[in-house]
Amino acid sequence: MAKKSVITIRRTPGQKVFRVFQYVLCFLLACLSLFPFFIMLVNATRSTIQIQNHPVSFAFSNFLMNNFRVLNRTAMFDAVTGFKNSFLIAAGATILTVYFSTLTAYALVAYDWKLKGPFFGFILAVMMIPATVTSIGFYQFMYRIKWTNNLLPLIIPAIAVPGTVFFMRQFMVASLPMEIVQSARVDGASELRTFNQIVLPIMKPAMATQAIFAFVGSWNNLFMPSILLTNKDKYTMPIMVSLLNGDIYKTEYGAIYLGLLLTVLPIFVVYFALSKYIIAGVALGGVKE
Amino acid sequence: MKKNKSFSYAKYGYLFSIPFVVVYAIFSLYPTINTALLGFTNAKGMTGLTDWEFLPWDSIFKNFQQVVKNPIFGKSLKNTIVLWVVNFIPQISLALILTAWFTSRRNELKGQGLMKVIFYMPNIITAASIALLFNKLFAYPVGPVNSLLQSLGILDAPTDFLTSSSSTRGIISFIQFWMWYGHTMIILISGVLGINPELYEAAELDGASGSQMFWKITIPNLKTILLYTMITSMIGGLNMYDIPQLFNKGNPANSTLTTNMYIYNQAFSGSYMYARAAAASMIMFIIIAIASIFVFLAFNDEKGKARREAKRIARMQQKEAE
Repeated sequence: MAKKSVITIRRTPGQKVFRVFQYVLCFLLACLSLFPFFIMLVNATRSTIQIQNHPVSFAFSNFLMNNFRVLNRTAMFDAVTGFKNSFLIAAGATILTVYFSTLTAYALVAYDWKLKGPFFGFILAVMMIPATVTSIGFYQFMYRIKWTNNLLPLIIPAIAVPGTVFFMRQFMVASLPMEIVQSARVDGASELRTFNQIVLPIMKPAMATQAIFAFVGSWNNLFMPSILLTNKDKYTMPIMVSLLNGDIYKTEYGAIYLGLLLTVLPIFVVYFALSKYIIAGVALGGVKE
Repeated sequence: MKKNKSFSYAKYGYLFSIPFVVVYAIFSLYPTINTALLGFTNAKGMTGLTDWEFLPWDSIFKNFQQVVKNPIFGKSLKNTIVLWVVNFIPQISLALILTAWFTSRRNELKGQGLMKVIFYMPNIITAASIALLFNKLFAYPVGPVNSLLQSLGILDAPTDFLTSSSSTRGIISFIQFWMWYGHTMIILISGVLGINPELYEAAELDGASGSQMFWKITIPNLKTILLYTMITSMIGGLNMYDIPQLFNKGNPANSTLTTNMYIYNQAFSGSYMYARAAAASMIMFIIIAIASIFVFLAFNDEKGKARREAKRIARMQQKEAE
């Protein structure tokens, strides 16, 4: 992209019109992406009456605190609890996924063992199985061991995520020089220590990418938490969103927009802070051949 | 000596795989088997999760038969497929067009980085929040979309979009499209950047036009990634839950009820038909597996074809260059 051609390209009028068309379409698509969130942001600061009189407005108002009180009035939408639970689950799951997927990938890359081939084949085969398909059996199992209304069943399974292992393996094959591992062995380091102190730092870029996706995926998950968590003090942010859909907030538009804003705000912050890495990560994920 | 060494390290391969294997066995494999088994039981009601027994042999498939015969399940399967197809076709089309534009060698568009960030953004935002946000945007009689369309002169009177099944389906498909085209575009662009640039250089020397290069080089070389995109999108589409659930709860008249919502409703509302929900899950599992294998076989074949095609073009161009 950085290479600039020396020859200036002359464009015909047709090509110029086409170029304008391209920019106009891209601009419209950008508006389409941003507009719904902009409405949400503005309306979160406006009163229900203002929203009903003029649903679309570009002017912020001063009803933010009022909306917040309405949102909290019924004590149903508890943003602090939702945030805390979502954060615990997402952070726990992310740490486990990133560490153990890298460890499993290391087992697949650094050692020769008999079942390595079949194990990798198994990971490829189950990579595409969606978790929701097995949800009933999972729920029954958790009910039996009394783990419903517990955050652990949403965190611990993150140790075994086939897709992340696959990604880590591909990255490791391409970028982990085995000579470094060999020389650590010569120096007498134990295998686990070699992994923790030498392999992990080399894998940092891949781990960062996977960490972002694991965190966001876990934060956004609705299906599993809504099956497992029925106690109000265990609700996650997406479950709080589904509460906004209930009757108590039916006509409290300002409060609903504010509730939505609170649920997506953390993701917005993460996204715009790390967008460069996220886009690069998506692109990397696409070329897994 | 060397053989001896690799032998002594082999045990670490097993050792480091243990956490994955144990957790996968307990939290994924066992629940899968458990779901399959529950499909053959009479588990239902408030005590259904602890107190159930297997159905007698002569009616062991009763739950599966009931699900297959159930018109609502049939409808939800049809809805799920319709919602996916209606979003996937425009999604992949727009993603391809943008990919062609963004990777054009002659006509570089400015601000691509920013556009990628903005187009991808909806994908990362909580789907549940997006669904409810759109529900509020389409509010009736006064809502942002209604007032916008009226002020633009497209609508004369406010329209209640959420009482018509076709417009509700259309909006849900649109949300899916809107959330995913940026993602698909970025994957396709990375695929195009992975194509050997010599192919394009040779074609340029031969005076090929932009559209010729797109159809003769980009598309054949992108087939693997296109089909990969299709498989992942299809699996995601067949598991659709958050958006239809929070946009309109499957209404009106179950026209946006998806199979995952059906499964959820069977198990966790009304009379807690766990066994039937498990049977429905397994039926979906089989449908997804068959569909994936089907596309995957096509994918492997296409891969060979694309490679042969690329080789053919490269050879032709080599000859011409000589």
